[in-house]
Parts: sequence; structure tokens; C-alpha cells
Amino acid sequence: MDGGGMPVFWVVAVIFVVSVVGFITGRARALQSAAGDARRLHSLPIYYGSNVALWAIVPAAAALIVWLLMQPMFVNSKVIETLPASLLDGGSSIGLVMSDVRRVAEGLDVAVAQGALSRDAAASIGSSSVNIRDFLGSIGVALGSDVSPEVVDAAQLYRGLNATGSTLMSWIVLAISVLGAAYAYGRSNADFRARNVVERGALGLLIGAASIAIVTTIGILFALLFNTIEFFKLYPATEFFFGTNWSPSFSGRGGLSELGVLPLLWGTFYISFIAMLVAVPIGLFSAIYLSEYASSRVRSVAKPLIEILAGIPTIVYGLFALLTVGPLLVSMFGKDTLNWMQGGTAVMTAGLVMGIMLIPFVSSLSDDIINAVPQALREGSYGLGATQSETIRLVILPAALPGIVGAILLAASRAIGETMIVVLGAGAAARLSMNPFDAMTTITAKIVSQLTGDADFSSPEALVAFALGMTLFALTLGLNVFALFIVRKYREQYD
Amino acid sequence: MREEINVETDVAVNNVKISAKDVQVFYGDNHAIKDVTVEIEDKTVTAFIGPSGCGKSTFLRCINRMNDTIDVCRVVGDIRIDGENIYDPKIDPVQLRAKVGMVFQKPNPFPKSIYDNVAYGPRIHGLARNKAELDEIVERSLRSGAIWDEVKDRLHAPGTGLSGGQQQRLCIARAIATEPNVLLMDEPCSALDPIATAQVEELIDELRRSYSVVIVTHSMQQAARVSQKTAFFHLGSLVEYGETSAIFTNPIDPRTESYITGRIG
Ligand SMILES: Nc1ncnc2c1ncn2[C@@H]1O[C@H](COP(=O)(O)OP(=O)(O)O)[C@@H](O)[C@H]1O
Ligand SMILES: [Mg+2]
Repeated sequence: MDGGGMPVFWVVAVIFVVSVVGFITGRARALQSAAGDARRLHSLPIYYGSNVALWAIVPAAAALIVWLLMQPMFVNSKVIETLPASLLDGGSSIGLVMSDVRRVAEGLDVAVAQGALSRDAAASIGSSSVNIRDFLGSIGVALGSDVSPEVVDAAQLYRGLNATGSTLMSWIVLAISVLGAAYAYGRSNADFRARNVVERGALGLLIGAASIAIVTTIGILFALLFNTIEFFKLYPATEFFFGTNWSPSFSGRGGLSELGVLPLLWGTFYISFIAMLVAVPIGLFSAIYLSEYASSRVRSVAKPLIEILAGIPTIVYGLFALLTVGPLLVSMFGKDTLNWMQGGTAVMTAGLVMGIMLIPFVSSLSDDIINAVPQALREGSYGLGATQSETIRLVILPAALPGIVGAILLAASRAIGETMIVVLGAGAAARLSMNPFDAMTTITAKIVSQLTGDADFSSPEALVAFALGMTLFALTLGLNVFALFIVRKYREQYD
Repeated sequence: MREEINVETDVAVNNVKISAKDVQVFYGDNHAIKDVTVEIEDKTVTAFIGPSGCGKSTFLRCINRMNDTIDVCRVVGDIRIDGENIYDPKIDPVQLRAKVGMVFQKPNPFPKSIYDNVAYGPRIHGLARNKAELDEIVERSLRSGAIWDEVKDRLHAPGTGLSGGQQQRLCIARAIATEPNVLLMDEPCSALDPIATAQVEELIDELRRSYSVVIVTHSMQQAARVSQKTAFFHLGSLVEYGETSAIFTNPIDPRTESYITGRIG
């Protein structure tokens, strides 16, 4: 991996140089073919240059990307083929052995890069008497166990294949770049429709950007999905979805975990619900005040102030929940007074603070939406003798409703995904309770706590994080689809 | 194409509905209306004409105090409807606007059903005691707006789904529903096609029987077709005001003459 870093950088740099040279010469050649008179060219000179540059970059870059994706797979499978069966006897899996191999290989690369080892010494280290684990430890690469000679051999093969691969890649990609540039250069003459080609190139660029966004989303989704399936192989899905108890045990200490999602879902909903109860009225009313009543001077001060709220990192809100709101609520509802509340961390604490966090989202989105309601509708209503608040209630809010519902659902999906405020404000106890002054926790907070510390990614206790993530994803996706549905429905009715 | 000028003869009964005296309007430092004095008659269509930016809309919006909704706007002078000063502190501009209906340049039906659009005014002013009365007001207004036959089968369809001309007649019906005695129209046909324009003009002629109608228009043919009285504005001043036929055939002020001949001559 590390070994590939420099060649890729240099390959890209050289492609860039080829494209610049191609641009200049291609442009010049087209001009020359028109005897220096740009008006006789089919396209502006810059398009001929761009055409050559595109041909220098696009095919070469495509080849580079494909190569970079394929090489690790190819090298891995080659190395696995040569692993002696004896290595796999001790009950360890191919995956574990391969990760050892990669680690040794990387360690040797690091040693060469740091100058602790010459290239030749690194290639022959398996036959020398040096203890590889100690040696790599001394340069900062820690290995879990002693290294067997077979692993060292595999690591050397791994390095060798990677080095050859990188060299091969550099030359092939550069050749493609130069050939592409030469081909386009050959076609740079007055009649060639360079403008149309560049147009298609621009389209391709835009499609490429859109595809990257979509492909990564799908990739993340699949990663989640595979791990979730892995989890459900180890833990029954019905118990996950319908279990009312969340008590993970730590693997290796005996005792079975109970991983029921219901208490976490309940906590998530309860806290989000209270947050929305705070954020929606306050956010909406402040948006109405700012967009309909406030003078432009008030608006120019108040709007940025509210938007500052949106810039505060959530950990700061978490501190606010822990240090201010929690103790305040305890002094109001704690044992000295009503005895409803046992400690500062509670659904109420997290919900209130999360609500405050969401006010600027609701308010600035609603403000934009209310401002987008045509002035003509306001005038129409005033012209019929309606007061300002009648106009807002009967004309503006109904017209803005789909957008406002969208804004509220957007805020709700932020509430569901929020973590820090929950960790600090609501506690860590998974609990099914109606009392808003009890400590509870949410899906996101539990994902964090399942993965902090030494997570062993083959145990259900760690894999459950993916199932939780998938549940969360399904929830927010559902919410967004629902928001879209509502917005569409009203659009059809009123546009 | 020279339109035949419609010589109306039945404006002899001279009962004044709106009387404005020495009206000045300022938008901040911009003196938009200067010393306008005019008397507008009942049961008459009065047209305001003049080059764009001369203050026609501004003056029209003084008559229902719509200018109050603009922060920078200041109105000085005296405007009376039926002898009552509408800028008197004891007059509630919101109540006033129910009595002085307004129709805008661009049709602006609310994103509600046709029925709810018309019922909007009566509902907020509590004009109907029950559903049956409200139904009756809605039907009567839509009939007066000359659109009842087109929408009677789809009263609960959205008003925004109508064609432009239908929307504008719906807006007129909506204004009529609050039982105003003056109707102000600010270029009500400028966003409509010729057929819809003809329908609205016909409607305006009908409305003259019950209301005092003031219409701003940039089309002199339209002023000639629908109005009995015409006021010509120029640079914020009222230059000439009189019988439509007289203004168009025999203008007194040279500015009126050049405006009229410049456009239709
Ligand atoms: N809302 C407003 N704020 C400031 N100035 C305005 C406003 N509306 C109109 N004006 C000014 O008042 C003058 C008259 O405008 P208007 O009454 O709209 O003219 P018309 O309707 O005859 O075209 C213009 O100079 C215009 O710039
Ligand atoms: Mg105007």
C-alpha cells in the first residue's frame, strides 16, 4: 500500500504534464491547419487544446483507477495460493494469516523507507537470524505474535508482486496517456468538431461526479447490510427486533447477551419526541416573527444570532445538558421536591437540549419557506380585510405547509441521529419506561458504546452495531421518503 | 387599429363616492404622488391611465390604505369615502379593506379550493350565520363574478387549477363576497389573453351597476371600452380628469394629447 503511494503521485503528475503539453500543441496544430485564422476553425482554438488534454487524461485515469482497484485483489489471491496448508492448521483463518502477512510486508516497507534496512536486506530478512517481531517493534510496527518463516516468505512474495504491479501500472498508464494525446493531436485540424467532443467530455465529468455520490452511498449500504447479515447469523433476528431487554455481556466472560432493540428504539423516539416538542413551536414561531413582523433591522441582527446556535458543536450542547440543564431539572423535580427524578441524566434533559439544538434548523428552513410564499398572496388577503395573523394562519402557513413539514421531518431525522447530547444528557441505561425523568439511551449512543474499547468484530456484541446502524438508516430513510411523499401530495394539489 | 370610442351617456347623476383632496404620497424621500385632488363617482367605472411609474398604482392603493403595509410609505392629505375620512385615526384600515375590494395585476387565488377562496372574506368577517348562508354568499359572488357556470361542478377543486382568466374572475368574485361598495382593480387584464380580457371587461361593465369601480390600465383602448371617466396621471400629478369620451377625443392638456396620440394615433 505504502509502496504504491509515490508512483501514483508521480504517474498523476506526469499525466498532468502530458495533458498540458497536449493542450498547447493541439491548439497550435489546429490553428496551423487553418493557416493561423481562428475564424476558419470549426471550434474555438481552446476546444482543440481541451480535446487533446481530455484524451491524455480520461483513458489513462480510468486505467489507473481500475488498476488500483484490481491489484490488491490479484496480489491477495496469488499470495493465498502459495500459503502452505500447515499455516492454517492451528485453527486460524485465512483472513488472520493474510493480515499478518500484510502487516509484516508493510513493516518491511516502513523499515526501508526509514532507512533502517537496505532494500536488499529487506528482501533477504527471512534467511537472516534477526527476530522480525522485535526488529519491527523497534521501528514502531507492533505485531501480535511471533512470525513464522512461512509468513515471512508470503510477505516477501506480497511485496514483490506489489512492486512489480506498481511499476507495470506506471508504464502502462503513461503509455495510454501519451497514446491518447497523440491520437487526439493527430485529429486536431480545422474541420474536426472539437467543441462537440469537449461538450461530451463535460457531460461525462458531471455524470462521473453524480455516480461517485451514488456509488459510495450504495457501497456504505452494502457494507452495513453484509455485516448485519453476519450478525443475524450469530443472533436471532426475532430476538433483536422484539427483545425488550438490552444487556450485552462481554464475550469471553460467559453469560449470554440479550440484544433487544426495543428499549433503544423507545429511548430514541421518546427523546426525539420531546426535542421536537421544543423545537417545532419555538422554531416555527420565531420564523414567523422574523419573516412577517420583524423590521429589516431586527431581522439583520436576529437571523445571524439564531444561526450561530446551529454552529455550536453538539458536544457543547452535551456539556450544557450535563452541567446546567440536568442539575436544574433535578432541583425542580428531584428528591427534594417531587421526587420524580433520580439523577441529572434523563430523557427530559437530553430532549430539552436537543430541542434547543434543533431550533435554528426548524426556524431557518421555515423562514426560507415562508419567504418563498408569493407576496401576491399576502396582498390578496390584506385586500380582503384580513389582519396579519389571520393572513399568516389562513393563507401563508397552509401554502407553506408542505415545505414546513419537510423541514420538521428533516429536523426529526437529525434528532434521531444525534449522539453526543444523548451520551451526556440521557445516560447509558437502556430502559422501557414512560417516565420522562428516567435515564434512557438511544440507538446511536449504544452503537458508540458497543464499539469503543477492544471490539472483536466476530462477536455479536460488536456486530450488533451494524444491525443498529441499519435500523437507524431504515428509520431515517423512511422518514425522508414520507417527507417527500407529503411534499409531493400538496404540490399536486396546489401548484 | 382604432377602437370605436364608447360614448357613455348615463353619467349625468353626479353622486360622489370617493373624494380625494391634496393627496401627497412619499416613499421615503421619493415624492410619488403630488397634490392629487379628484372626485370619483358611484356606479361608474373610472380609469387611471398614464405612463408606467407615474403613480397610478400608488394612488389606487391609497384608497384602501394598502400602502399602510409598506414601511417606507407615507400618505398626506384627505381621502373620503361617502364623506368619511378614511385616514381618520378611528378608522380601522383592516375593516376599511373589506369595504373597498381590490383586484391585482396578476391573478392571486389562494392555494385553496374555489369555494374556500370565495368564502375567505365572509368567514373572517363573520358575514354568514351558518353553512347555508355561506353557500348562498359563495354562489351569489361567483355569479356576480361571471364564473359560476364554469365552476359550479368543481367548487372544491383548487382555485389555482383554473385558467388565468378564470382565476382573475375568481379573484373578482372573492372581492365581491365581502360586500364592498368600491372595487379597485390594478391592471386586472395585463396578465390575460385577449379572450379572457374581453370576458373580464364585460364583467367590469356589469359591476358598474352595483359598485364604484376604479381601474388602472396601461391600455387606452381598454380605458375607452370600459370606463365612463378617465384620469390621466403624469410624473405623480393628476394632469387631466373628465368624461372618457372628452379625454380621448378632445384632451385639454398638451401632455394628455401627446400621450394619447403617441399610443393610439
Ligand atoms: N413599494 C415601493 N417602495 C418604494 N417606491 C415605490 C414603491 N412602489 C412604487 N414606488 C415608486 O413610486 C412611483 C410610482 O409607482 P407606481 O405607483 O407603481 O406607478 P404605476 O403604477 O403608475 O406604474 C415609482 O417611482 C416607484 O418607483
Ligand atoms: Mg402599477
